[in-house]
Amino acid sequence: MKPIKLVCAGFGGQGVLSVGQMVALLAMKNNKEVSWMPSYGPEMRGGTANCHVVVDDQPIAAPIIASGITHLLAMNGPSLDKFLAKVAPGGTVIVNKAMIDHPLSRTDVKVIACDFPGLAEEAGAMKSQNMVAFGALIYAMDVFSKEDAKDVILEKFGGKKPELNEANLQAFEFGYSKH
Amino acid sequence: MAKQLMKGNEAIAKAAIVAGCRAYFGYPITPQNELCEYMAKYMRSSGGVFVQAESEVAAINMVYGAAASGALSMTSSSSPGIALKQEGISYCAGAELPALIVSVSRGGPGLGGILPSQGDYNQATRGGGNGDYHVPVFAPASIQEAASLVRKGLIVAAKYRNPVMVLADGVIGQMMEPVELDPNPIDIEAFPWAADGNSGVRPRNIVNSLHLDVDDLENHNKHLQAKYRAIEENETMWEEYKMDDAEYMFVAYGTPSRITKSAVDELRSEGVKVGLLRPISLWPFPYEVIHRFSKKMKFIFVAELSSGQMLVDVKLAVGYDTPVHFYGRMGGNIFEPLELVAEFKKHQEVLGQ
Repeated sequence: MKPIKLVCAGFGGQGVLSVGQMVALLAMKNNKEVSWMPSYGPEMRGGTANCHVVVDDQPIAAPIIASGITHLLAMNGPSLDKFLAKVAPGGTVIVNKAMIDHPLSRTDVKVIACDFPGLAEEAGAMKSQNMVAFGALIYAMDVFSKEDAKDVILEKFGGKKPELNEANLQAFEFGYSKH
Repeated sequence: MAKQLMKGNEAIAKAAIVAGCRAYFGYPITPQNELCEYMAKYMRSSGGVFVQAESEVAAINMVYGAAASGALSMTSSSSPGIALKQEGISYCAGAELPALIVSVSRGGPGLGGILPSQGDYNQATRGGGNGDYHVPVFAPASIQEAASLVRKGLIVAAKYRNPVMVLADGVIGQMMEPVELDPNPIDIEAFPWAADGNSGVRPRNIVNSLHLDVDDLENHNKHLQAKYRAIEENETMWEEYKMDDAEYMFVAYGTPSRITKSAVDELRSEGVKVGLLRPISLWPFPYEVIHRFSKKMKFIFVAELSSGQMLVDVKLAVGYDTPVHFYGRMGGNIFEPLELVAEFKKHQEVLGQ
């Protein structure tokens, strides 16, 4: 496989660190080399959060992605502004549809615009916005199976918040198919 | 145990508990807080003792007390907190107490910042405590290795009755990677020297670092030095990467060594015969192997997240016959593989290669 260099970014509480962890879990289950590195610097204390996930067949060299992002999940405007320039040409950018009222400053990247809040609400829980994003991401990466991804959702949240299982899985489906 | 996706700080804590550490004393500081948290959550249910001390100084002295009474004990902190512990580490070394100290380092000096750095190489390998003492220092480059070195650290501490440090950069503390822990407790006998309240049964044990008689103190120091020579002999660890036919050698440790491996691969793909030597034990430092390789090298390139601290040890190993170059970043910035490749090529051009 081609190495994946994923950055997930958004406001604290939007669940971007969890999305990254689910990708890392999926990669581990598929016997890939993987690293997950969160932002823990001062920017985190200002309310934004991000994590860097690298998936490869080879051992991971640099767990922090300084350039050449292959997949960017930007759940808010500041995250898009911060990371768009670091996306590799031909990379994929997954954004909240509501944020894109103007064309992106890059024309050499693939854009998946997804209505995170709308689809989460339709799935039954506004909290599941990051599951919509996870669905869109798994679709865009085209490496891992939907079934494995759903298992990871249940593994990570099924015990903690079983009441959200149905909405989470539905939100994932919407993210995977509706954009 | 099955593979788990774990944060370095958590894997370090879990590896210590599984290995048999039953006493942890700490004080919070970024970027090692998850280690403290994990211990708070799981140490008591594992039959051990957890105390969040009132300060780093208190924590290391609690380690001294627990170790003196025979417990396999541990503390952890980050750079400024490790600075505070130095007096206690010297006392542990003087009293010959086994203990594990985990340092998840950040940028300095002073309070510095909270992002990854290797500016504490000197602090770890030279120490800030008083007296002629050494602390074995092991530096992991992955979460898996962090867990293994914690286990190894406890074994070495118990074997030699000496504090041991695991020095991880902030990346190792914060990153998640798949890790498989050795499920077995380490095999150590009860400490016959411990002050554990059995003085009615056998002669009283005393644990102390005070030796007022000059000859007594000199003899104690000679005994310690003999122990340190044995540690140098037995516990020096390093990794060689693509060194077999190498004409150039990188030297890097911790997370930057992984980035350096990528630089090696990149240069190899262009036909440059280059390899990496990665010290795993920073004290004892692999002087001999670096010296041996240096004779065959056109130059040596040291890469660190500091202004060049391990660089001094590499120069000590190499001597004057082979040039030693350096590249470093500070403040929490981390170099990229291509940055190293570009720096490497500058020196190659000077050589006219």
